[in-house]
Amino acid sequence: MVLLAISRPSLASEATGNGTENTITTLPIVIWKWEEIHFPYLVALWVLVSWLCKLVFQLNPCLTRVIPESGLLICIGWVLGGIIYGADKVQTFRLQPFTFFFYLLPQIVLDAGYSMPNKLFFGNLGAILVYAVIGTCWNAATLGLALWGCWLGGAMGNIDTGLLQLLLFGSLIAAVDPVAVIAVFEEVHVNEVLYILVFGESLLNDGVTVVLFNVFDAFVSLGGAQIDAVEIIKGIISFFVVAVGGSLVGVVFALLISLLTRCTKNIQIIEPGFIFVLGYLSYLTAEMLSLSAILSCTFCGVCCQKYINANMDERSVSTVRSTMKVFANGSETIIFVFLGISAIDPSIWVWNTAFILLTLLFIFVFRFIGVFLLTWILNQYRLVPLDFIDQLVMGYGGLRGAVAYGLVLLLDENKYKEKKLMISTTLIVVYFTVMLQGITMKPLVTWLKVKRAAVSERTLAEKIQNRTFDHMLVAIEDISGQIGDNYMRDKWNNFEEKWLYWLLMTPIARKSCDPIFNIFHKLNIKDATSYVKEGERRGSLAFVRNESKADVDFNKKFGADFSEMIRDSVPSVCLDMHEQDLKMRESEDFDAHHLLQQHLYKGRKQHRHRYSRKHLEVNKDEHEVQEIFQRTMRSRLESFKSAKMGVAPPKKISKHLKKDQPQKVREACTFSSFPLVFITILLEAIGGKRFLINLNLSPGLAGIVNPAFMAEMDTMDPMPPMQQIPSWLAEAEVDSSNMVPSQRAQLRLPWTPSNLRRLAPLCLSTHSNDSFLLADSPATQEGISDPVYPDKTI
Amino acid sequence: MGSTNSTLSKIPNVEELMQETGFTPAHIVRLYDRFEALDKEKTGHLRPQDFGAINRLAMNPIGDRIIGAFFSPGQETVDFHSFVRILAHFRPADKKHPKDPSMPEPVNSRTSKLKFAFQLYDQDKDGKISRAELLQVLRSMLEMQVTEEQLESIADRTIQEADLDKDDAISFEEFRKSLEKVNIDHKMSIRFLR
Repeated sequence: MVLLAISRPSLASEATGNGTENTITTLPIVIWKWEEIHFPYLVALWVLVSWLCKLVFQLNPCLTRVIPESGLLICIGWVLGGIIYGADKVQTFRLQPFTFFFYLLPQIVLDAGYSMPNKLFFGNLGAILVYAVIGTCWNAATLGLALWGCWLGGAMGNIDTGLLQLLLFGSLIAAVDPVAVIAVFEEVHVNEVLYILVFGESLLNDGVTVVLFNVFDAFVSLGGAQIDAVEIIKGIISFFVVAVGGSLVGVVFALLISLLTRCTKNIQIIEPGFIFVLGYLSYLTAEMLSLSAILSCTFCGVCCQKYINANMDERSVSTVRSTMKVFANGSETIIFVFLGISAIDPSIWVWNTAFILLTLLFIFVFRFIGVFLLTWILNQYRLVPLDFIDQLVMGYGGLRGAVAYGLVLLLDENKYKEKKLMISTTLIVVYFTVMLQGITMKPLVTWLKVKRAAVSERTLAEKIQNRTFDHMLVAIEDISGQIGDNYMRDKWNNFEEKWLYWLLMTPIARKSCDPIFNIFHKLNIKDATSYVKEGERRGSLAFVRNESKADVDFNKKFGADFSEMIRDSVPSVCLDMHEQDLKMRESEDFDAHHLLQQHLYKGRKQHRHRYSRKHLEVNKDEHEVQEIFQRTMRSRLESFKSAKMGVAPPKKISKHLKKDQPQKVREACTFSSFPLVFITILLEAIGGKRFLINLNLSPGLAGIVNPAFMAEMDTMDPMPPMQQIPSWLAEAEVDSSNMVPSQRAQLRLPWTPSNLRRLAPLCLSTHSNDSFLLADSPATQEGISDPVYPDKTI
Repeated sequence: MGSTNSTLSKIPNVEELMQETGFTPAHIVRLYDRFEALDKEKTGHLRPQDFGAINRLAMNPIGDRIIGAFFSPGQETVDFHSFVRILAHFRPADKKHPKDPSMPEPVNSRTSKLKFAFQLYDQDKDGKISRAELLQVLRSMLEMQVTEEQLESIADRTIQEADLDKDDAISFEEFRKSLEKVNIDHKMSIRFLR
């Protein structure tokens, strides 16, 4: 609406604009300057509108679960296009190929390259290349020939086209599109191998697409008569030149970026900018040399990621990562919105049912045939063969998208009389794949029970073990005398370590880029952060109370060197904390040691939730369970302490229980046992005696089965866990004299396996005071029936 | 092929070997050729020095441990059968054969592979990876780049992560559990050329 208001004046003001300059008679205070700024204004406005669309459909989350975002954006594009068309009677805003290829696509490709999982990519590179090159050629050839056959047979009526034109059309629509693949597969989370195969194929097939497009375009210009063997051979050579040349350009720029980041220690503020500029330049340079720009940009990102991540400061690295995501996601949004808008334009639509339907059919069929054929061949050579279901998903995931649309717009109308038909067909194909296949992808994947992506959070043990496996495999290959993948990989690693690290990385980075070290470092940082947070919660770290013995006085310990140390090599800081840890152990202060361990351990598990981008992890870890238990215990005690009486709390307990249960029903935790434990504490506090209630955890009661917890209880050694009931629990009560017995009680509390059997929680939930007193007596006996669930006995 | 059969006939108990390890005759022949190439003095057995002659193994941080894994405790030599048996651990698992509970665990099953990996760490064969043993492996793999304290921290951290019964050592079960998300078949198999 605003857009219309603005676009109208833009058309109208052209007439009057020129007159104003000459005829002012008095000083104008404010001038309407639309015609001067309308271009950047419109650009910014369109970007804003596209991104706002994303906001619009996020309001209704169930919509996004069914239809992929890309599909919804296209729909909104249709609506917007309709509005604009209705107002202007002509489609003023279309996706121009130049804008698409030079302003919208590069950042998506750069982001794809930069965040590519390298090991997986290069490990499957053979398969990816087979699909990308041979698969795309197969798709293009079969589609072109099939359409030609149908045209000859007269199925399409009277259209002015020929074999070469149809082959060209086939080549531009055959390619799997990276933008669409990212958009759809992002939400589906299939297993990594499958993902990398489809994704890698979508990126690398640009080499083939560019070559085929240019070759056939040139052939069409030359005319059918001039094509002989020489031209065909030239075509084949051009493929190698374009593909390999494009990749080399990318690699050269990657080297440049890495070298540059090696020297930019003093201008860290602008460091991230270099990545973007040089990445964009790699795209443009390849385009200038008529090589494959997408390949260049991809390889630039792929090759430089390791070195720049090691060289740059952590803040710069996270800046680069976030900014790339903003740009890439933003571009993707704009592309899909405009794909929708561009459709609402009667001037481009030429409908030929047979052509369109046949194209759709052939694309589908030939994709599947191609995938099955190639996979059958590949499986003879692969270590882990691809199974049938993966192949199905791979075939189904051959999405076409904006790149095809951009290419078809580039066609010359004079040479291609049927350009409009091709545009229409391309649009229909794109909508079909993105919307229909996008919508059905998730249900299909679930229905076929495709192996999903494993949680990628790596433990230190896994990382170390993976390294051991690598070495092991190299050794076995050496012993059994064969040259295999591992041998090559080992050789590359040695070469890299010897030469590339020296050339491309700063000395500090060289030391710390080892993956095991890296993950150790990350884990340490997480722990340190959580330790500080925990400390801050209880007051400043420098004044931590003596009981806890976690006395980390940062200033005293590190003094002025602290900031230096952080900048330079963070592991040292954490090591000092570990030193502290060791010292404490030596001084036989088990309480503090376990306290510290408890903190460290807990922190890592806490963050597991927050850093997972995709979904909230249901953390089934046993330690997490303990920690939740303890935390809730603590909060209960604090609420009890504030109440200072034995009467009110039961109500609190019951409410708390009821409120929490539905929320946390997905967590495998033991809320069912809280009231029980609470009773014990309260009783002990009041009665001052030690009480061990023999109660069972009834799994069916709360609908929560937590075998992990129960098993844990049984196998755990009583001594250390009890002390793990942190002294911060005990510490909280240190002021109240009432609590002295409960302190002791807590220390003995729930961890002894025999203590916790079945429970009667809902006693408390339905009755308040009475149940509290009720609980008093049954504590010493067993066999009281639960009023709510009479068939279960305590 | 004629040469295959003639070579096969030279190896005693070859049927049993193929049955046990699942290698095809072509594999066995190839491995036999390799065995003979390593066995420079033609004694029919391999000694540690023969393995040491493989140059690239010396550059491998855990090369010595792997060599050690070939030799059963107390034995000084490896004959062809043991050689093949150890290498059979690294065959990709057969997905097609149904699990037959009555048959012994195949050599290249996930458990066997994990046991092999476990043995690499557990040099004194007490069934647990102690902190010292873990430190040794870490030191050999990370020697150039980290300091001793950092190594110790990493070792402590690893044990802390994996050790469930808090005995400060990693038993086989804990080891297996810590790797349950890793695709062992993928990570511990090599493609044996025909």
